[in-house]
Amino acid sequence: MTQEQTDLTIANPKMSARDVKVFYGPKQAIKGVSIDVDMDHVTAFIGPSGCGKSTFLRTLNRMNDTVASARVEGEITLDGENIYAPTMDVVQLRARVGMVFQKPNPFPKSIYENIAYGPRIHGLAAGKADMDVIVEKSLRRAGLWDEVKDRLNDSGTALSGGQQQRLCIGRAIAVEPEVILMDEPCSALDPIATAKIEELIHELRGRYGIVIVTHNMQQAARVSQRTAFFHLGELVEYGVTSDIFTNPRQERTKDYITGRYG
Amino acid sequence: MTGPAILLLLAGLGAIAWVSARARALRLQTVARATGRRDAVHSLPGYHGWYVALWTLIPAGLFLAVWANVSPGLVTQAVLADPAAQSLPLDAFSRSAVLGEARAIATGLQSGAFNPASQALVEPYSAALNTYGVAGAVLALILAFAGGAYAFTRVRPDFRARTRVERLVMATLLVASLLAIVTTLGIVASLLWESFRFFSMVNPIDFLFGLKWSPQSAAMGYGNDDAFGAVPLFWGTIFIGAIIAMIVAIPLGLMSAVYLTQYASSTVRKWMKPILEVLAGVPTVVYGYFAALTVAPALRDLAVSVGIHGASSESALAAGLVMGVMIIPFVSSMADDSIAAVPQSMRDGSLAMGATTSETITRVLIPAALPGVVGGVLLAVSRAIGETMIVVMAAGLAANMTANPFASVTTVTTQIVQLLTGDQEFDSAKTLAAFALGLVLFIVTLLLNIVALRVVKKYREAYE
Repeated sequence: MTQEQTDLTIANPKMSARDVKVFYGPKQAIKGVSIDVDMDHVTAFIGPSGCGKSTFLRTLNRMNDTVASARVEGEITLDGENIYAPTMDVVQLRARVGMVFQKPNPFPKSIYENIAYGPRIHGLAAGKADMDVIVEKSLRRAGLWDEVKDRLNDSGTALSGGQQQRLCIGRAIAVEPEVILMDEPCSALDPIATAKIEELIHELRGRYGIVIVTHNMQQAARVSQRTAFFHLGELVEYGVTSDIFTNPRQERTKDYITGRYG
Repeated sequence: MTGPAILLLLAGLGAIAWVSARARALRLQTVARATGRRDAVHSLPGYHGWYVALWTLIPAGLFLAVWANVSPGLVTQAVLADPAAQSLPLDAFSRSAVLGEARAIATGLQSGAFNPASQALVEPYSAALNTYGVAGAVLALILAFAGGAYAFTRVRPDFRARTRVERLVMATLLVASLLAIVTTLGIVASLLWESFRFFSMVNPIDFLFGLKWSPQSAAMGYGNDDAFGAVPLFWGTIFIGAIIAMIVAIPLGLMSAVYLTQYASSTVRKWMKPILEVLAGVPTVVYGYFAALTVAPALRDLAVSVGIHGASSESALAAGLVMGVMIIPFVSSMADDSIAAVPQSMRDGSLAMGATTSETITRVLIPAALPGVVGGVLLAVSRAIGETMIVVMAAGLAANMTANPFASVTTVTTQIVQLLTGDQEFDSAKTLAAFALGLVLFIVTLLLNIVALRVVKKYREAYE
């Protein structure tokens, strides 16, 4: 990395990636990326398709483990603990680092059961009453409670796309994660639903570390405080969002945000 | 003139028609093309050739097919009109025996007559055969020439032979597909008809709900009442095919599908899936003797050694277990498809919540794939209850109503085989009962298939 980074170093980052490289078989998809994530800043990953931003995001909760040929080098820590260490329990890691996907993927179960799924498998609720509280709290935080409180037993898949995505955010929140990774959460949604999700991201900031991958540069500018620009597997520029968009240091970043390519 | 010779002659005519029509079309088109108009020429010369050749062959061929069915009757009539036929015996049976013998001698299948009456008929028989044979051949050739000539006159540069040939190809394909449908309808009609005859002798209520099955006693003249209660057979069929076999096949099939889709590496999957599918290719008769000779005696010994009474060497358990193994590939391949059809995003969603693979499978994948799995199981059941060879060899004949898996039960298919093997008279309730059983089996498997396919289809739509 060539740019100044002094203003970005965080004393006690929630998550911290150092010189992370990802390989799919012989092909290198990520070429040495270092980034810190904390609770106070939303971090946005931008870049053209295939630049590695989603791949990198998925290394942060080891979802790349599901791809047999993927291999990760470098160090990623959560509260100072290496998440790729053999002692790390992947299941526990994913409960602490939740994920929201590009396409809303509610389970084909009721709204209630969608939220209760995580707390149930992790044993977070002592009983039915406890679970009711968790479900209500999660749906409220996801900004969905008022819309669905009278039909918690309806299927989650019957909701609109935007509601489904907020249900998925609520589902991730329900297991009390520390970090939430969002992989282009609005790319399948209309502008109104997108606005609601963005509003939600603002509300969630401070409580959770949030990393969002987005294709939409305006969205990155609206929701994030830190922006990382990826290109061809490299982290080209990483900085305060307003700097990146008003005063990019790298030629490639400038070309991308002015729409020269991407 | 013999059949093969006529067919050969027709084929030759067809070839000549093709060549000459093609040549004519080529010549005419060369002339027409010289006029320079774009629509002067329509089809390639080859299509004209086919058009004329088909007109030569099809009417003549159809005529020959009809003639082959009609002429024996005409020949017999001609023979009966002969004065030598006056001495024929009057009863239908010996009459047809004499006629048959005379025909066999006339066509050269038999060299001498056992019955002097037939010897007298040989002469008129060969005369009639000859007359009608020549008549048929001549008519066929006339038709071939007429058809060919008609088509040949239509060969013009702008004649749409290509469209006509296309239409004929379509008609041929339609006939081919209708043939299978018509055959099926014929089978169903015969099932219905024979069952109707059976139900005119035996009350359908007694048949469907009666608890005693002893067709032999009915055949021996003890009357048809309460000898044809099919409930023990239905029970045996369900017990073996839908209960014991499914207890084996559903868990094993489902678990192997889960392993293959979720845990196995692609190399393991590449090897294991075909091997599992080989199970489906083992002939059922092999499963049958495996059940009868290996599994059944072992099970009986086991039952006896632990002190179970009524253990038979033809147990429901032996047949059911082996049938279950046979069905595993059906269940596993249907379950495999349904689980693989659950979107990857569903699986990712669950894993990203911190669920383990097995939690993901039991709580998300299987519930989501359930309709497809159920459809697969229903298809497997319908296959199992229609299965014959294993139960014929391993399940026994005693129509018992028992839930003891070590006892002998019998199934619908076993009884159909029993009723229809050996010497039969086709007007007794005993024989006709086979058709009624077949009808019930047909209806049940048809319903199972319809329900299963609807379930599977509806489920597929849910993810598209």
